Amino acid sequence: MKSDHHVILRVITKTLIPVIVLYGLYVQFHGDFGPGGGFQAGVILAVGVILYALVFGVPSAMRAVPPAFTRSVAAIGVLLYAGVGFWALLQGGQYLEYQALFQEEPGGHHGQHVGIILIELGVLFGVSGAMLTIFYAFAGRVAEIRDEDW
Amino acid sequence: MIEAILDMAPRWALLHAPALLIMVPLFLAPLLAILPSGRLSWLISIFATVFALFCAMILVGQVQASPVGVVGYDVGNWPVPIGITLRVDALNSMILLLVAAIGVLATIFSWPTVKAEIPERKHPLFYSAFLVCFAGLSGVAITGDAFNLFVFLEISSISTYVLVALGAGRDRRALPAAFNYLIMGTLGASFYIIGVGFLYSATGTLNIAQIAEMLPELAGNRSVEAGFAFIIVGLGLKAAVWPLHQWLPNAYAYSPSFVTMFLSATATKVALYALIRYLFTVFRPEFAFEQATFTYLLMPLGLAAMITCSFQAVFQTDVRRTLAYSSVAQVGYMILGVSVGTVAGVSAGLFHLLNHAMIKGALFMAVAGVVLTFQGTTIRDFAGLGRTAPWTMTGFAIAGLSLIGVPLTAGFQSKLQLGYALFDQGMWWAVVFVVFSSFLAVIYMGRILEAIFFRPPINPRKSRKEAPILLLVPLWILALANIYFGITTELPLGLARDAAAAAFGLEAF
Repeated sequence: MKSDHHVILRVITKTLIPVIVLYGLYVQFHGDFGPGGGFQAGVILAVGVILYALVFGVPSAMRAVPPAFTRSVAAIGVLLYAGVGFWALLQGGQYLEYQALFQEEPGGHHGQHVGIILIELGVLFGVSGAMLTIFYAFAGRVAEIRDEDW
Repeated sequence: MIEAILDMAPRWALLHAPALLIMVPLFLAPLLAILPSGRLSWLISIFATVFALFCAMILVGQVQASPVGVVGYDVGNWPVPIGITLRVDALNSMILLLVAAIGVLATIFSWPTVKAEIPERKHPLFYSAFLVCFAGLSGVAITGDAFNLFVFLEISSISTYVLVALGAGRDRRALPAAFNYLIMGTLGASFYIIGVGFLYSATGTLNIAQIAEMLPELAGNRSVEAGFAFIIVGLGLKAAVWPLHQWLPNAYAYSPSFVTMFLSATATKVALYALIRYLFTVFRPEFAFEQATFTYLLMPLGLAAMITCSFQAVFQTDVRRTLAYSSVAQVGYMILGVSVGTVAGVSAGLFHLLNHAMIKGALFMAVAGVVLTFQGTTIRDFAGLGRTAPWTMTGFAIAGLSLIGVPLTAGFQSKLQLGYALFDQGMWWAVVFVVFSSFLAVIYMGRILEAIFFRPPINPRKSRKEAPILLLVPLWILALANIYFGITTELPLGLARDAAAAAFGLEAF
């Protein structure tokens, strides 16, 4: 693609993407205390990459965030989520019992905090990875739009 | 044997068997997705299914040992109205045992057929999708929460669509079949969740046991009745109750052989379990609208399935389609048993469910062997195979005779039980339908068996070529099980009777 095309689009996108990612992370970590959480944050993060793919083309997006990577991220997300459950089992609790993670007394909240953050992180990985994998699977099938067809 | 397993099982397995049964396959599935090697993922899948079978056996033992007949497990240690609970009684422990046992046999035999039918780079992903499907089906059977049941139903269905679509490497018609299945399956799931929504609005809880407790007070409530209707249609679609079975023949005929075998023996069975759970545990046969449903809806549909789909099976030229239509007809038998509305009827239906899983498992395994060695599934392709592949085809023939209901096979025993249950209620005319449908089964299985054993091979180059040993061993385990359980019915009939009693909330008898 020639660099003098869609200059405004490219410049705006480049400034927007960090903001989108930052907002995604805000939603992610705000999920502990208010509305938000891994699912929404995962979608927002994936949207950042999808915007990049729309403006700069799917091949360059695939170079930046390869499909093999997105697939692994989705798998790692599920592994993380289920892994917290097994961690609780190993500590002698029920499956996914956060309270058991550090074998705390009933008043302690350390396990609850760590548990929910890890779970939400798992959801973030799972959702953003799956969203991008689905996007690549669909977008990868169509030929690139030529410059004149815009 | 089950006592021995309870004795040797470590304490953590006894305590956490319900969670481990679904979570170990679900945990290993994403791990397989990032593995590079197909053979390794096959071995891990075998491990996962064997482990699930181990947990299922523990659960069967625990349920039999428990004074109330229920094993409960609160996920995350949250008590019932807040958290999700896994609840196992005689009914779902039987289904879990069935799914896990078929899962083990299916995974063992899968490797040669997967190697032949699926592109190599997709092997790990294929096994990953299989484990997700396996975990989803076990999850539907194990959960005690109406919404969680929907989630597991979708987990198993979505991975099933993927598995069916992967048959495209062998036959492109797998793609429309998978798409069709996707649309129908999604409709079924939506109907189910709408029904759960109605029940939730009336009762304010999603726990199945709690809903069941509150429903008798809500007699005559319209939203409960609407919820009932939606749930019956939704689960009926998943269970391929006639006339909602249209997705099934194509999905079974064009998916990879391994998938066909696994699905035919488990997927519709699990949906049927959920249907029985709703018909007898949540709603009660005493409710007027449910009695009407049995008499005017389920029984005619069961009879119609037995007759029309057996006829359709007679006119198929493809062996897998014949067997698929026969599956819908067999679901008709189970629905007929359920629609009697008595403990004997439900136990006959469940008994046939177990036997049919063994029968169709063996039949589709033998067909998978033919697909592997001779690359054909039409009846013409089967001509003369009795001489070229005697071991595979004898296994096929035993299961085929069991499907017809020849004495000394499992199929005969379950039809006998169904007949007893029908006679008990004075429905001798329904027995006539059962006999007539069995007669049609003689015709459609007879056509295939005649081609196999009495016609000369079409292609003289088809020399002696047996299916690989990995396939023959599970096939013969299932075939011999058909004969063994046709002679002594103690084990499956006992399981089915306890399960039916549990469905009604009675003490096991």
